[in-house]
Amino acid sequence: MDKYTNHTSVAALMNRSNVDTDQIIAKQFLKKVERTGFGQHLFHDWRFNEDGTPNPDFELNNPKFDGAKILVAGDNFGCGSSREHAPWAIDDYGFNTIISTSFADIFYNNCFKNGILPIVVDADTLKALMSEISANEGVEFTVDLENQKVSTPGGIEWSFEIDGFRKHNLLEGLDDIGLTLAQTDKIDSYEAKHKEMFPWLWAS
Amino acid sequence: MAKTMYEKIWDAHFVHQEAGQAPLMYVDRHLMHEVTSPQAFEGLKMAGRPIRNTHSILATLDHCVPTKLADRLNLPDPIGAKQVQTMMNNCDEHGLILYDMKSKNNGIIHVVVPEHGFVHPGMTTVCGDSHTATHGAFGALAFGIGTSEVEHVMATQCLPQSKSKTMLVKVDGTLSKFSTAKDIALAIIGKIGTAGGNGFVIEYAGEAIEALSMQGRMTLCNMAIESGARAGLVAPDQKTIDFLEGKEFAPKGEMWDRAVKYWKSLPSDDGAEFDLIVELRAEDIAPQVTWGTSPEQVVPVDQSVPAPTDFDSEGKAIACKSALEYMGLESGTKMTDIPVDFVFLGSCTNSRIEDFRAAAEVAKGTTVPSNVTAIAVPGSYLVKEQAEAEGLDKIFTDAGWEWREPGCSMCLAMNGDQLTPGQRCASTSNRNFEGRQGKGGRTHLVSPAMAAATAGAGRFVDIRELEAS
Repeated sequence: MDKYTNHTSVAALMNRSNVDTDQIIAKQFLKKVERTGFGQHLFHDWRFNEDGTPNPDFELNNPKFDGAKILVAGDNFGCGSSREHAPWAIDDYGFNTIISTSFADIFYNNCFKNGILPIVVDADTLKALMSEISANEGVEFTVDLENQKVSTPGGIEWSFEIDGFRKHNLLEGLDDIGLTLAQTDKIDSYEAKHKEMFPWLWAS
Repeated sequence: MAKTMYEKIWDAHFVHQEAGQAPLMYVDRHLMHEVTSPQAFEGLKMAGRPIRNTHSILATLDHCVPTKLADRLNLPDPIGAKQVQTMMNNCDEHGLILYDMKSKNNGIIHVVVPEHGFVHPGMTTVCGDSHTATHGAFGALAFGIGTSEVEHVMATQCLPQSKSKTMLVKVDGTLSKFSTAKDIALAIIGKIGTAGGNGFVIEYAGEAIEALSMQGRMTLCNMAIESGARAGLVAPDQKTIDFLEGKEFAPKGEMWDRAVKYWKSLPSDDGAEFDLIVELRAEDIAPQVTWGTSPEQVVPVDQSVPAPTDFDSEGKAIACKSALEYMGLESGTKMTDIPVDFVFLGSCTNSRIEDFRAAAEVAKGTTVPSNVTAIAVPGSYLVKEQAEAEGLDKIFTDAGWEWREPGCSMCLAMNGDQLTPGQRCASTSNRNFEGRQGKGGRTHLVSPAMAAATAGAGRFVDIRELEAS
């Protein structure tokens, strides 16, 4: 996983609530057995017309948002299915940061496994960020993960909360399976206790 | 100190917390299907890591599998076929239990696992599938995870977890005979919203929950995720114990007695504190129908399609407007005046034997109109066999339904069963998202009995009026 570094990038606007993982990556693209190549299918049903041409009315097809790394979206982003294909598609398309008032639980967890930073802001700040993009499409926001800050040319500054462990892993690009495996002695001694507490799970 | 059931399970599975890291939670059971696991196996292989406990895993094939017999024997979609083959190879290589398409135990993961008693009260259970919440019906802490976490659990038998807040959803009173666990689930989501449970584990309690069968509790907990909760739980009781007794993976002999004693210690203590309490009266829960593109966009069947002005938040008003546009509905239309093109009876929410019995009772003697397609898809081969032994398949086919092979089918429409653009479907599944059942398809979530009544009339029906007429 790449290290997450501070950046100043175009922020794309998606003014929709409850964007679900079925929309982020539709079912017909879930059959691949690889992790790569999902970006071309991101938001497929909204992004493309029946004949496969880009739908000019879809927000991310706005050329002003080309190269955007930051996605600013409505409440409860990523609800629905657990499919990690959703963050794989978002990452592969080029986003590494999503800003919303709230994220669905499983999607939020999945982001951190893929180097994506989900930032929670309050409702007023989200509105202000959205207004700034609408008034100046192509505007670049600055994300400073080390200091947990988002700032904009329009003067909006937001300090966000993030779990310290997750922040560390993002900044270092760490594989957290390795971190857990480093605790193998602790897992072994717990498992010995588990066998005493729940012998029926180990009986067969 | 008085503890909630969630806190008891959490404490019993707490492994260790390294300074600066998240607590590690031990995982007892790991369920798998073909869609969310291949990349996890690949990751393990690339890192040269073994599976820590192969006995904790049970796998099935359900998402991609066709529900027409001829297609099952020769999968028509080569990419889906590769996914199925990959699952079979992975299970074979690691010696994992797999209910493949030729197994008499094959079916939807959240249907087959309870059939064989693989998940017990108090267990931590994960699966790369959001509807893992289903197993909360047994008082197990069960939740969906992503594919990286599937790999993490295979390698370590643990997950770094932050502790959730607790919500008690209390439903007292008696449910009318026309309302079901599905209607309770939808009514709760209508009340708290699809983000209402974010950050919480919900415990469902109260007289109406205690009165539910185990299958009803599975339907209820299955939809905990649709309210945003990490998991749903129902306290184990005698029904839970009776359900598990004698099942293949249930403890036996002296071990059974020890297990039962432990299970009985799990319910939340008197005086245990929850972070939030939500109360509903069962008498107030009418048969529900969704009208929009989110499970929270739901009304009792005797009401009308709402208007954006009915909502006090701007966000909900905008969501209403766009949902009405997508669904092709006008505000003020009575739900019972809306015609359908399709009816789907199935999914991990509602494809167990009781669901088919309830639907068959209503379907008996009806005729599906020629412009409507109705399909009944059992959750597993065991459900299918049982239904056929009771003659339920005959009731459906006599009424003009198609009787299919088991699988996830049109719940997420990965297997070829899907709506065409603009088609409207009464569905017993769990999500009415845009395009969920096929691009442009319009989904209305209902209970099995409501689905059967809708199939017979070609439009939504208030089942409470069927009896009166």
